[in-house]
Amino acid sequence: MAYSFPEEVLEYVFAFLSSDKDRNAVSLVCKSWYEIERWCRRRIFIGNCYAVSPQIVIRRFPEVSAVKIKGKPHFADFNLVPEGWGAYLYPWISAMARSYPWLEEIKLKRMVVTDESLELISKSFKNFKVLVLSSCEGFTTDGLASIAANCRNLRELDLKESEVEDLSGHWLSHFPDNFTSLVSLNMSCLGSEVSFSALERLVSRCPNLKTLRLNRAVPVEKLPSLLRRAPQLVEFGTGAYSAEIRTDIFSNLVEAFSGCKHLKSLSGFWDVVPAYLPAMYNVCSRITSLNLSYATVQSPDLVELISQCPNLKCLWVLDYIEDAGLKALSSYCKDLQELRVFPSDPYGAEPNVSLTEQGLVTVSAGCPKLQSVLYFCRQMSNAALIAIARNRPNLIRFRLCIIEPQAPDYLTLEPLDTGFGAIVEHCKQLRRLSLSGLLTDRVFEYIGTHAEKLEMLSIAFAGDSDLGLHYVLSGCESLRKLEIRDCPFGDKALLANAAKLETMRSLWMSSCSVSYGACKLLGQKMPRLNVEVIDERGPPDSRPETCPVEKLYVYRTVAGPRVDKPDFVWTMDEDAALRLS
Amino acid sequence: MEKGVAYDNDMNLKATELRLGLPGTDESQKEYSSFVKSNKRSSEEMDSSCNEEECAPAPKALVVGWPPVRSYRKNVLQQQQKKSDSDVSGMYVKVSMDGAPYLRKIDIKVYKNYPDLLIALENMFKCSMGVYSEREGYNGSEYAPTYEDKDGDWMLVGDVPWDMFVTSCKRLRIMKGSEAKGLGCQ
Repeated sequence: MAYSFPEEVLEYVFAFLSSDKDRNAVSLVCKSWYEIERWCRRRIFIGNCYAVSPQIVIRRFPEVSAVKIKGKPHFADFNLVPEGWGAYLYPWISAMARSYPWLEEIKLKRMVVTDESLELISKSFKNFKVLVLSSCEGFTTDGLASIAANCRNLRELDLKESEVEDLSGHWLSHFPDNFTSLVSLNMSCLGSEVSFSALERLVSRCPNLKTLRLNRAVPVEKLPSLLRRAPQLVEFGTGAYSAEIRTDIFSNLVEAFSGCKHLKSLSGFWDVVPAYLPAMYNVCSRITSLNLSYATVQSPDLVELISQCPNLKCLWVLDYIEDAGLKALSSYCKDLQELRVFPSDPYGAEPNVSLTEQGLVTVSAGCPKLQSVLYFCRQMSNAALIAIARNRPNLIRFRLCIIEPQAPDYLTLEPLDTGFGAIVEHCKQLRRLSLSGLLTDRVFEYIGTHAEKLEMLSIAFAGDSDLGLHYVLSGCESLRKLEIRDCPFGDKALLANAAKLETMRSLWMSSCSVSYGACKLLGQKMPRLNVEVIDERGPPDSRPETCPVEKLYVYRTVAGPRVDKPDFVWTMDEDAALRLS
Repeated sequence: MEKGVAYDNDMNLKATELRLGLPGTDESQKEYSSFVKSNKRSSEEMDSSCNEEECAPAPKALVVGWPPVRSYRKNVLQQQQKKSDSDVSGMYVKVSMDGAPYLRKIDIKVYKNYPDLLIALENMFKCSMGVYSEREGYNGSEYAPTYEDKDGDWMLVGDVPWDMFVTSCKRLRIMKGSEAKGLGCQ
């Protein structure tokens, strides 16, 4: 290649490529491009921690400054993955501590993180800047203390919804007095009270602090003191938003909020006393993101708040908002892009609020930019789904949870096949879909045929036979993640579409009809997949081959069968796979 | 519609607790819906075999991980609900009736007003309490409902607004009409 660009030029050009897809494409052009690219890739995303090993990653990419790793399958959020399944961070940290001394960023999702790992992070990476632990578990506030004490250049500490063993609030006091680099702190998932004076001083000395999400233990009377010290805040999460109703508290709050001219995002709002909501009205016109999903406030109060936020792009709220509130939302917030409505009483036998399919239909009609929906409700109709699909062909994410499993169209008592069919037919950019309600194999035919851009599909209590699964696996060209629970899908569809599984990140099936024999066969047929049977009843060998397995997790991997399995996980055809690798 | 259960009966699916659809078969579905119906206590005959606390709005968590709400969120909502519930002193209260061998317990928050409550009590204890009047109380009836309030005083049911009653009632006692006479005349 006499006329090709010098390496330095290529490297310079590649530096502009941020998307992994582009970089992966570039590295396939030729050997020299592969070499150049691998030396200059700084950011690594590992969608499944078992798809690759730390050693393989480090060997290929020697100079990495940011890693993002995801561990357990999504259904772990709903307790479907037994304790001790895996996704341990430690092996990654110990390998990276040796090879990436200049690592700056670690972002994790659904990983098991120990205090030991946190301590190792804090001591191994001299320029460590960003730690995001999303839905992680396994660590205590002692681990946080190590991070606070040792990471001199820390910018971001975000504990998004992690399960932390909260020993005390003392960890925050470990930030040294000369530590001033904090930009983002999210401690909303912690229970213990931190030293408020330590928090005040921390906020005071960090002039670049843009995000501060407090935990529930910080009372509303204390908020003004923090807001006054950080008028540059862009994202703020309150603590418990309640106090006895006093005008001095209220006016302090109003004044403090008014001083924050850059606030765009608000969250927190546990234990809300509605009388204190108006204290925020002065900042509402700039608010683009509002998380009221813990605010047990009735619809009229919610509407009053929302009506002040014409620039709202993202709203998370409880179903207390009701259809009436959603109607108001659709008329006040024309820029709305994302709506999540959570159930206030998911286990109640009867509806406790007047929230139906109508609310969602109204929002779909009134908000032209709506692209992302998560909606819990108790009734749905094909007519409503068809209306939503027609109103909003620009939907990208549509996750509907009708609380009663297998609930039919409440008007016609038919399955909701045509409704969801309309969604996939009209919403051609749909990337994520969660189904619920009464569904036959037919809906999967629609999905397989029309959902060309669909990357993630969640199915529960749906379908009649293997045909349903076959439609999905033989269609859905862009499918990466498929998670299924309690569906009568079995061996035939799975084995017939084995090759498809190598084009996907993972498949989860629990409480379905896949037999142990089929799992073994799949494991033998597909050496580049890890076919993991999760069964807490004991070794699958002790039951007939035709016996269905409890749970099945299949994922593509270049790392072979994993070595850290608990005693309730079996990798199918492990021997053959080890021989081949 | 067949749920695609393609196994021999000796599979003994029940033992392996495999769920291929809704938990169990139509049979358990029927059980579930009658479970739900029994919440409407005030409009049904009191089944003496049904203990009110068991029939109380039962958690719908019959299926693991459904509906798909994350634990953290579930816990927060439950905590907040408990908090608001405990603000109200007077939910499950003991009900005694003169001459009855044992007490019952009812959740007064289930009822919307006095007539609902009285009908329920009449059904539960198979007695008649008649109609309340401000002047005469339950004069003339075989029985009269009374309650102990927050201050420990025994009051006639019906004198105060319903909401105030719900928050202040600690226990109920269905008195013989002849004894209640003294309370009724104010």
